[in-house]
Amino acid sequence: MSPDAAASPLPATGDETGARAVERAKPVRVVSARVSVRDRIVEIWRTRELLSYLISTEIKVKYKNSALGLLWSMVAPAMSLLIFWFVFGVVLKNAYPSFVIYLFSGLLFWNFFSTGVSSATRVIVDRAGIVKKVSFPREILALSSIGTSMVFMFFQTAVLILFMVVLQHSPDWHLLPLLIPAVLATAIIAAALGILLSAANVYLRDMSHLIEIVLQAWFWACPVVYSFWSQIQPRLGRLSFVYLLNPMAPIVLTSQRVIYGHTYVHLTTPEHTGIQILPPWSGWSYLLMDSILVVAGLVLLWVALTVFGRLEGNFAEEL
Amino acid sequence: MANAVEIDAVSKTFKLYHERGTSLKERLVKAGRSRYDELKALQSISFDVAEGETIGILGRNGSGKSTLLKCICGVLQPSEGEIRVRGKLAGLLELGAGFQPELSGRDNIYLNGSMLGLTRKEIDDVFDDIVGFAELESFIDNQVKFYSSGMYVRLGFAVAVNVDPDILVIDEVLAVGDEKFQRKCIARIKQFQEMGRTIIFVSHSADQVRSICDRAVVLQTGEMIGMGTPGDAVRLFRERLLEADGAPPAEEAAPEVEPGQQGDRFLLRIREVFTSVSEGESPVLESGDPFSVTAVFRVKEEIDSMVFVIEVHGAKGELLLRTDTNELGMATDAPLGEGRVTFEFPSWPLSDGRYDISVGAQSRLGETTYDWRENVVSVEVVYHGKASGLLNLPLSASLTAGGPIVRKKL
Ligand SMILES: Nc1ncnc2c1ncn2[C@@H]1O[C@H](COP(=O)(O)OP(=O)(O)OP(=O)(O)O)[C@@H](O)[C@H]1O
Ligand SMILES: [Mg+2]
Repeated sequence: MSPDAAASPLPATGDETGARAVERAKPVRVVSARVSVRDRIVEIWRTRELLSYLISTEIKVKYKNSALGLLWSMVAPAMSLLIFWFVFGVVLKNAYPSFVIYLFSGLLFWNFFSTGVSSATRVIVDRAGIVKKVSFPREILALSSIGTSMVFMFFQTAVLILFMVVLQHSPDWHLLPLLIPAVLATAIIAAALGILLSAANVYLRDMSHLIEIVLQAWFWACPVVYSFWSQIQPRLGRLSFVYLLNPMAPIVLTSQRVIYGHTYVHLTTPEHTGIQILPPWSGWSYLLMDSILVVAGLVLLWVALTVFGRLEGNFAEEL
Repeated sequence: MANAVEIDAVSKTFKLYHERGTSLKERLVKAGRSRYDELKALQSISFDVAEGETIGILGRNGSGKSTLLKCICGVLQPSEGEIRVRGKLAGLLELGAGFQPELSGRDNIYLNGSMLGLTRKEIDDVFDDIVGFAELESFIDNQVKFYSSGMYVRLGFAVAVNVDPDILVIDEVLAVGDEKFQRKCIARIKQFQEMGRTIIFVSHSADQVRSICDRAVVLQTGEMIGMGTPGDAVRLFRERLLEADGAPPAEEAAPEVEPGQQGDRFLLRIREVFTSVSEGESPVLESGDPFSVTAVFRVKEEIDSMVFVIEVHGAKGELLLRTDTNELGMATDAPLGEGRVTFEFPSWPLSDGRYDISVGAQSRLGETTYDWRENVVSVEVVYHGKASGLLNLPLSASLTAGGPIVRKKL
């Protein structure tokens, strides 16, 4: 029987009494090896409450296990911020003004993406206990990792705002709305990758280690600690677009453009007087890039859901 | 009546790999060389469960019962065929619900509830019922990983029955709880039945199946070999167990068939069973009268340490009595040749009704069944007394009256 025919309610027998009408309202769930992506999305939407519950317990667990809880979860990102600031700002003396803000604006999105993807990769294996016992759209687990990571991004944003107030560094207020497509694109791409990798990790358990390594390399392919326009673009020349094919590069650039604000900065070193630190593009070009990423992300998400659907049927037996 | 669950030609094939690596590294090294056997855990199973019905699933270990339940719950996807489930389904698969060990019992209730599709408010409403039913008030804020296995199962059962599902799926979980909790669960299951809910139930206890289920399915190595009333299903199940033990099935063992042609697979065969009533004039037994059951058997090879077992079942299939010759203080060896064993009731203690009697021969500890005749004879009992109830016990009353009142000093 085709899935479409099966999804329709069972034929009711007998007359349509009141009780029968109530009975018919019961949802019919079909368990079979083939479920269309559309049906999967409907199922995920139905279980959205579970998603928010998973995110809130995840956060609760993260900071209930220690007294300083929430603070601890901020230690790792703070540490990387500190190290990069020390190495690039102090030791290598790159002398960008408010370098911390420049770093932070890029790291904010990168941390969202990388912790989301790496925790999503592990999530199904980690939660084997529930995957083997209860039926619910398993994609929710990967989505909850991305969601958790997004919540931590908001916590970090609060810290970033504090930094900006202290350093009296204001963002580019006009471009502030650009952060919305940037967050959206990051979330969608991270969700797509997370869903794909979480399924792959069930079959290939070292996927989670592999992805850590890939993410480390990926980080250096994003202009977080260096400047794309002044350091990469001159070397690549006409091939610069290749660099921008890394979806996280335009996202990081958008964030820096909005939060760091300055495209051209005056340096304090004697050799240079000023530097074009960010591309001199208009707000519209950022919007275009991010919109393309959203669309590409949605396509990727569709592929991920399809692949996930194929692999999902065997999760309970592989775990 | 509408069907709550429709199982339509469902098959499940597991791939059993010979030492397959679960890492990318190993996969690359042995690319394309991972061989596997296919294990057909379910083979084209089809049956419908009507709304309000209680279905039992019987089968030996590894016959695919849990696999079938997992497919119904949607935890496993069938390789072929499909299952349509109508209404909210709560499942308790082998050993408890899916809990997250590092969360507290409280959080797990919410997590589990929302996985079953309840909103936060709906869970708030049933939260106290769940905790009360599980009797875990003082542990509810402890992490679930510190629960005992009985507590774990109790919480799982409490959640499953209190979220008000239309369909309840239970896999042998009752075995872990203590006796009091088991009784509570059975009572709850019965209550569920009265509310017209659907239950699918796996149990190794033929008794439980008989007393709870409306119908039962028998699985054998992934195939459905029968479906019918619990009594029939239990009989079929026992017969198949017998075959597995090397004895011929009961049909073949009918008295007319000359033993010997079928080979010497069996050591002992019960050839005939009759009762004092079936031999006597009247077809009915007067309650309180003496009654006896006699089995004629033939031993092909000497057996040490065996017993004859008798079971008496009531009309609803409930077990009223089970005992064996060892418990009754008899020798437990079976010498070669033909013999008969008689179980004698000096007075039949049960009130009126129809009683089914099963007779079997087993090794003393019950690990081998030589022959088993499920419900082989039945007896109709009439009771002419005035008392009501199940039992007709020899009973008299005496009374003294008019004595002085004595006050006890404390
Ligand atoms: N994840 C799995 N991978 C491979 N084979 C499996 C898997 N799960 C179950 N099987 C096999 O499927 C068959 C049926 O198993 P199942 O657990 O359904 O049996 P069961 O009837 O529930 O047995 P029991 O009475 O012991 O609970 C068994 O042979 C088992 O080895
Ligand atoms: Mg089982």
